[in-house]
Amino acid sequence: MIAFWVLGAIVVASAVWTIAAKKPVYSVVALLVNFATLAVLYVTLSAEFLAVMQIIVYSGAILVLFVFVIALLSSGVAPFSAGPNRMPNAAAPAIIIVLTALGFLAYAAMHAPAVAPGSVHTTSAIGPVGAAGIFGSVADFGKALFTVQLLPFEITALILMVAVIGVVALAGDQRPYVPTRKHALEVERDVREAILRGGE
Amino acid sequence: MPVAIGNYIALSSVMFFIGVAGVLLRRNPLVMLMSIELMFNAANLLFMAFARAWLANAGQVFAFLVITVAAAEAAIGLAIVVTTFRSEKNVDVDEIRLLRG
Repeated sequence: MIAFWVLGAIVVASAVWTIAAKKPVYSVVALLVNFATLAVLYVTLSAEFLAVMQIIVYSGAILVLFVFVIALLSSGVAPFSAGPNRMPNAAAPAIIIVLTALGFLAYAAMHAPAVAPGSVHTTSAIGPVGAAGIFGSVADFGKALFTVQLLPFEITALILMVAVIGVVALAGDQRPYVPTRKHALEVERDVREAILRGGE
Repeated sequence: MPVAIGNYIALSSVMFFIGVAGVLLRRNPLVMLMSIELMFNAANLLFMAFARAWLANAGQVFAFLVITVAAAEAAIGLAIVVTTFRSEKNVDVDEIRLLRG
């Protein structure tokens, strides 16, 4: 219980820091704190496999992508002009809507029905984190992923393939690959030298 | 002592609306993309909480799908930012008017 409030406070503070930071690099650092704290929360919710996924995919892949793009964009001129955004008229209604929705959600949360484990499709027993065969363990999650939930897993593969093709089509080199005569000669020389060295 | 599900709903909604505020109030497309990541993660937290409450790991599988979608979204969004920067030298979202009708 105490862990939840401490982690929740860190999550909210780092989320606010993410959207309030002046420089995008600081936003990335705040987001890293946020994602790592969320991974700890996932462990407390006995979703250990997804906690590891959170660290690997978010902290390891997505945030590194952000850092690379920031480094790429800020190498030349500063791309962002200073000053607040030009949507100040939208800010006040947005804040009102957000507060209203938060009120509704707080009401709903207080009147949420008690959830009875076992009244729906139940997989495994609860146990200590790291034990084999319990709910949320790698074995449990993997078994669900490859049997009952096979279709979502295959949709995942399709999404990733579309993303890869989209990124290459958008940001890849627009010119077709045409090897020059000089380059071809260099490759040929390298291959010949490798053969002379002993076929490595 | 277990944490009531309402607390997770509250935390997740606060995080989601911080993300909404980031998208509405910032003009840097990178920070806007990061705010979208915040919203994805708020949804994921709720999936985990409900999966744990109902002991059904379909919620965890769906969170896995959401992580994949978030990764694809980040990659394509950043590719769009890079492409825009190549042609415009300015990726301020208030300045980009190419698609305005």
